[in-house]
Amino acid sequence: MISIKNISKSFEDIQAVKDVSIQIEEGELFGLLGPDGAGKSTLLRMVNSLMIPDEGTIRLWDLDPVKDYKKVRYIIGYMPGKFSLYTDLTIEENLEFFATVFGTTVEENYYLIKDIYQQIEPFKNRRAGKLSGGMKQKLALSCALIHKPKLLVLDEPTTGVDAVSRAEFWEMLQSLKEKGITIIVSTPYMDEAQLCDRVALMQGGEIHACDKPAHIVQQFQYPIRGVKTSNIYKALLDLRTYKSTHNVYPFGEFLHWVSKEQLFNDEEVIIFLKDRGHLNVQVRDIDPDIEDCFIELTQFNEKINA
Amino acid sequence: MRIILYLLQKEFLQIFRNKTMLPMIFALPVVQLIILVNAATVDMKNIRVTVVDHDHSVQSQRLIQDLDASLFFEVGDLQVSKEKGLDLMRRNKTDVLVYIPNDFSKKLHTSDAAPLQIINDAIDVQRAQLSYGYLSEIIQKLSVEWHTNPSLLLEQQQIKIHSNYWFNPELNYKYYMLPGILVILVTIIGLFLSAINLVREKEIGTAEQINVTPVKKYQFIIGKLMPFMIIGLVELAIGLLIGRVLYGVPFNGNPLVLFSFATLYLLVILGLGLVLSSRSETQQQVMFLTFFFMIIFILMSGVFTPTENMPEWALKIDTINPLYYFVKVIRSVVLKGAGFSDLWPEFRSMGIYAMVSVSLAILSYRKTT
Repeated sequence: MISIKNISKSFEDIQAVKDVSIQIEEGELFGLLGPDGAGKSTLLRMVNSLMIPDEGTIRLWDLDPVKDYKKVRYIIGYMPGKFSLYTDLTIEENLEFFATVFGTTVEENYYLIKDIYQQIEPFKNRRAGKLSGGMKQKLALSCALIHKPKLLVLDEPTTGVDAVSRAEFWEMLQSLKEKGITIIVSTPYMDEAQLCDRVALMQGGEIHACDKPAHIVQQFQYPIRGVKTSNIYKALLDLRTYKSTHNVYPFGEFLHWVSKEQLFNDEEVIIFLKDRGHLNVQVRDIDPDIEDCFIELTQFNEKINA
Repeated sequence: MRIILYLLQKEFLQIFRNKTMLPMIFALPVVQLIILVNAATVDMKNIRVTVVDHDHSVQSQRLIQDLDASLFFEVGDLQVSKEKGLDLMRRNKTDVLVYIPNDFSKKLHTSDAAPLQIINDAIDVQRAQLSYGYLSEIIQKLSVEWHTNPSLLLEQQQIKIHSNYWFNPELNYKYYMLPGILVILVTIIGLFLSAINLVREKEIGTAEQINVTPVKKYQFIIGKLMPFMIIGLVELAIGLLIGRVLYGVPFNGNPLVLFSFATLYLLVILGLGLVLSSRSETQQQVMFLTFFFMIIFILMSGVFTPTENMPEWALKIDTINPLYYFVKVIRSVVLKGAGFSDLWPEFRSMGIYAMVSVSLAILSYRKTT
């Protein structure tokens, strides 16, 4: 079990992580969601012993990453956001190198990486620098797993990876979870939240919510509609002046309009927009998703404590 | 131990795969030793002399002949006026102007002193000093020969100076230069390669990846020091061999003495390289830093200019210049055959220096930020 208690970390004048507390259960696939600069990487680097927190404590089972960093390094597999293996060594050499520095062999833990490694094994004599993005990612994951870690820490593993590879990667994580490995993964992609057991929404160094994705969505308390007209930008400006608007923001080809009144008539919104010269006005029912929750939580800064 | 061996194996694998670095490592000594040893010479040859002869006597002709016969001088056009001669010097067509006044031979016979004027282009101070030295020597010889007072002549000849140049009897400049160039070579290999190597790991992020493994600090540092230590020593051996084959530089000392000192020296240099790289984030930064130290170390090392000429304060600064010691030691061992007992102070200083440098390298390399 991983417990993070009241962790803070500052860099000169920026407070990157503010009083963060999270509990992660053994065997969980835990997502850390947030935009760039939210403090996700800093938090992960404190968990994996690369950084010392200014305040607070972290426990990985019974180990403290500050005091027991030597032991922590044996139980953690870390995959940084940037590909950071030896580009001038081959796939096989990289894997063997990391196995050896952990005092193990590729054969010993091969069963753990088999599914992933088999996909890149035909190219095992190719230099890591000459691999495609998806292959690099598989190699990095294999190297992070080769010493059979209890905890896998992945920092934005899917950033800059195509949609198919992203889906594949999440399947790999699911199967690793089934093998009993606890996984913490950070991502800026809100749509990946559904794939996690639990997620923490992070923004400005703070955790705004931490729960199962479905629970977070359930707690979205306002009615929400998708709105589209012939002039989306003008509609955005007009809706901001509408009396029952709680929030409105662009979302794909629609605007998401959040009402502060629980009971209202869609017709009133349509009339309001038509009065302001909008043509082809569409208002339709939608379900809030995790991104709507994220916007709500970060803009209105209401803490939901799970 | 197994981890260190594996780190070494990885390091060598990477070095031998580096298509830009590897040829450089082996081309560098060959190019440096062939080109630099020949080019970096302070031997004076072909100093251009213009003689303005207003005397046109047997004596003035004799002086011109002696100058021309010397290996150092090349006498140019004789039919020039003093103004023309000065103009030649301004336009950098001549290095020295010798002015013989019209009463030169007359005064030689009648008075005690017959004046001559020598005008030297002192833009290049070293060249000017040397050409003055050579010129005075020739004129001195002549004046003794011509001296009208035989008793004085006798008196002067009573003091007979007979010079012997020890350890390099032929004053072969290459014997002196080759060991110095070798020091620069070993330094470049050690300092640049080690500094760039570690920063590269930082740049591509592998340093961080290593940091989350159980590899210990000292293992990592040894893994970085050893390969360049070995390459540095191999380069030194290749360089000495080239010196022997191409220039016939004798090796009078014990190779064991030289190579033990080189090992200490490389520890200092490699440690320094690692310290510099831990202070840098990019290869550019570390290159600039390394260059800064390299230039100062080389120019103050005594490779090109004798350290004895430096002012007191500069000599004090030189006590922390590792190149200063190595240049001294390599010349003493190669040319003089100096042994451990002769070089004990240098060994002691370098030993202390090596300990400090390596400790600093281990301390400055952080696993956690």
